[in-house]
Amino acid sequence: MAGLKTIARRTFLIGSAAIAGGVAFGLYKYQTPHANPLLDNLPEGAAALTPYVLITGQDITLITPRADKGQGATSVQAALIAEELDVGLDQIKTDPGPPSPAYYNTALSGDAVPFRSTDDSFLAETTRAVMDAPIKFLGLQITGGSTTVPDGYQKLRMAGAVARETLKTAAARMHGVDRGLLRTERGTVILPDGTRLPYQTLAATAATLDPAREVTLRDPAQWRLLGKPMQRVDIPAKSTGTQAYGIDQKHPGMLHAAIRLNPAQGGDLRGFDATEAEAMRGVVKVVAVTGGIGVIADNTWRAFQAAEAVSVDWGPAPYPADMDGHWNALSNSFTPEHQDSQFRDEGDVDAALAQGTDLAFEYRAPYLAHAPLEPINATVLVGAGRVDVWTGTQIPRFVQKNVAQLAGVEPDNVHIHALMIGGSFGHRLEDDVVRHATTLAKAVPGTPVKLTYSREEDMTHDYPRQIAMARGRGRVSGGKVETYDLGIAMPSVMASQMSRQGLPTPGPDLQIVAGAWDQPFDIPNYRVTGYRAPELAPISSWRSVGASSNGFFHDCFLDELIHAAGADPLAERLRLCTHGPSRRVLETVGEMSNWGGALAPGQGRGVAFCLSFGVPCAQVIEISDTDAGIRIDRVFVAADVGRILDPVNFEGLVKGGVIFGLGHAMNCEITYAGGAAEQRNFDSFPGMRLYQCPEIEVRGLETARKIRGIGEPPVPPAAAALGNAIFAATGQRLREMPFNKAVDFA
Amino acid sequence: MRVKLTVNGAEHDMQDLEPDMPLLWVLRDELGLTGPKYGCGIAQCGACTVHIDGVAVRSCQVPAGDVWGAVTTIEGLGTPEAPHPVQAAWISHQVAQCGYCQSGQIMQAASLLAETPTPSDSDIDDAMSGNLCRCGTYPRIREAVKTAAAKLSKE
Repeated sequence: MAGLKTIARRTFLIGSAAIAGGVAFGLYKYQTPHANPLLDNLPEGAAALTPYVLITGQDITLITPRADKGQGATSVQAALIAEELDVGLDQIKTDPGPPSPAYYNTALSGDAVPFRSTDDSFLAETTRAVMDAPIKFLGLQITGGSTTVPDGYQKLRMAGAVARETLKTAAARMHGVDRGLLRTERGTVILPDGTRLPYQTLAATAATLDPAREVTLRDPAQWRLLGKPMQRVDIPAKSTGTQAYGIDQKHPGMLHAAIRLNPAQGGDLRGFDATEAEAMRGVVKVVAVTGGIGVIADNTWRAFQAAEAVSVDWGPAPYPADMDGHWNALSNSFTPEHQDSQFRDEGDVDAALAQGTDLAFEYRAPYLAHAPLEPINATVLVGAGRVDVWTGTQIPRFVQKNVAQLAGVEPDNVHIHALMIGGSFGHRLEDDVVRHATTLAKAVPGTPVKLTYSREEDMTHDYPRQIAMARGRGRVSGGKVETYDLGIAMPSVMASQMSRQGLPTPGPDLQIVAGAWDQPFDIPNYRVTGYRAPELAPISSWRSVGASSNGFFHDCFLDELIHAAGADPLAERLRLCTHGPSRRVLETVGEMSNWGGALAPGQGRGVAFCLSFGVPCAQVIEISDTDAGIRIDRVFVAADVGRILDPVNFEGLVKGGVIFGLGHAMNCEITYAGGAAEQRNFDSFPGMRLYQCPEIEVRGLETARKIRGIGEPPVPPAAAALGNAIFAATGQRLREMPFNKAVDFA
Repeated sequence: MRVKLTVNGAEHDMQDLEPDMPLLWVLRDELGLTGPKYGCGIAQCGACTVHIDGVAVRSCQVPAGDVWGAVTTIEGLGTPEAPHPVQAAWISHQVAQCGYCQSGQIMQAASLLAETPTPSDSDIDDAMSGNLCRCGTYPRIREAVKTAAAKLSKE
């Protein structure tokens, strides 16, 4: 483990500092991407402390800065620290900590460079390391991209190990024993005579010490918690109605607010008349916000009612009013002027297609709302020179900056209290709700205001998933796929999203082709081109981002070519696949599903594959074509994340991802009419309901070289596997989502 | 109008409440019981499910003036220290992801099992399909309902 020692010295400078009545351990200075030998001699205490482990006379608190939106981020971050600290998850508290650049995401850079995740070359790794510098410089404390585990895997264990070793030194000094004779277990240092010293009793002394500078991380074979089934720390509260989400905030004197925004998202507020609303019971104030009005009242329902009673004059939509305009914009974007990237161009596609095209098809993916079940909300208190914000967010430092600007205070005086999030799927990467809540709270200084979006306001201002279109052309010969050419057109998600934070996004947007250009197949003539459509409706990252549409496009077109070649869908994918872990997930789902085995009449079986966020994921879906419609019988999933930290949570996230992918592919779209989203609630945007949920069997593989997250990778293959299964059962090809436009589902 | 409610065994006498205020908002904003959740306001998601005289209802659709019996919320069903068998099954199966729908799922499941102690697969599908889960915890909801049914039938 010498390599890790070097990393400890060069990459991290570990520090501790006394806090009131206790000690905090953490990583407070990050190395530049290029190794700097001077760092080894950097004086202690050169930078402010940012703790991951906080021990007071009473409690052990583990700091878990990545937002928990249901994916179990709090638990897995705590477990990574606790594994090395030697505490049980039943012995600790967790706290998301304050927003800080020190908590920047070290794993974001992997998806920001044009190298396939399967590319381990020196050039690819070097470019990723260089890309890490601006992310660090910007202090991007962001939760997203399935990065919580790869980001924290090493640094959180390191934080636990440093704290443990320092506590041992404290015990050795206090009791005059050789620290080499000390052991640790369940939150105690054990003296040679068996006496157990709780960490809490060592905190004051530990705070006076230089923390351990070099630690050795344990071999995974020695792990007590990680890699074994764990009980997530949030489960009991979430099963008893005692988990407090943002929407459950209660403060003395708090007022409740509702909002009504221009139904055309981003359109102006031209004027309003609140006379009637202001006379309604419980209404305190009606306030203009950007693009709409807010009502402050003494009860949420009264605020909702009053918001509807305001008469408002709205400006037009800043994008095409109807869907034809959106689809035409995509259709017109397959031109050289709109070309954004062509990172994959192998063989000679043009020469091959000059001999004739066997297949040419167009595919479509609609806008989709994130629609987490907890409507977005934020509670803000504007005080004298200080603002407090209680909300769930994936971007705490942006929130801090934006609130500071609106409230006219320094960012340091904006205190973000990060809360558990009732689902996100990317929705909490946007922060309008906090900005609007701040505007409202400014109208009643000194009084906390909780802004809750109605479901209708939330769904119609959701910053949906990108709309996208793909065109595939290809040739087959001798029973094999010979030429594969896919063009994908969509507006840039990253440009839309980052523009709301005032950040430029230079260069190609990798998300336009994610889940397509980077697939581990070796096709003789193989090209994937990204076309940047003009900005349309404002869009945002939706669970698996570009791959959520492109996984469907890429794999379904491949399936069409394989069928045209007369090859077996699984065997031909395996023949074309060049990447070990990807081959293994395909082989695994083949085995799990007894691929090739007999099916009942009316049944069909489809396979799909997508590598996204570095994780190869394959799925086989079995369906029945019944009198009541298509019924999904069983889904078999295999994914390889390198190492599974909690098999129970892993299985839950995979199943949830499959259900998320299927439910939207079957049943959901957001469409605009007259500039407004037509789907306003779950009656017209249901996702999947329980009666449609198939049996899902999951197998996690651990053969890939790097550890990865599993929140997103199960989503992209689901729609493709369903489309391919429906073709196998019925002969009908579905090239546009949602599928319920073309078929009924039982 | 004056509204009297019995919630989790406690009497509440509210002197002046709009009779059309949904029970959900009386519970959450007037009585401070935030276990029942707001998700849709139109009986499409089930996150607000509570019991009235032991039967699951969508509290967003029950006007405060029309409440016909004793109200039980998730807080009254059981506690982290003494969970109801349905809650215990939810904990052991680790059903929750974001957890926001689970108060409603649990109240719906408890009502189902009170009425149908040994539900078939289609009984479970019928009873639970009005409760939306955006994270996709349905497989574990099915398993937890069966575990709770087995435990309750032994008691």
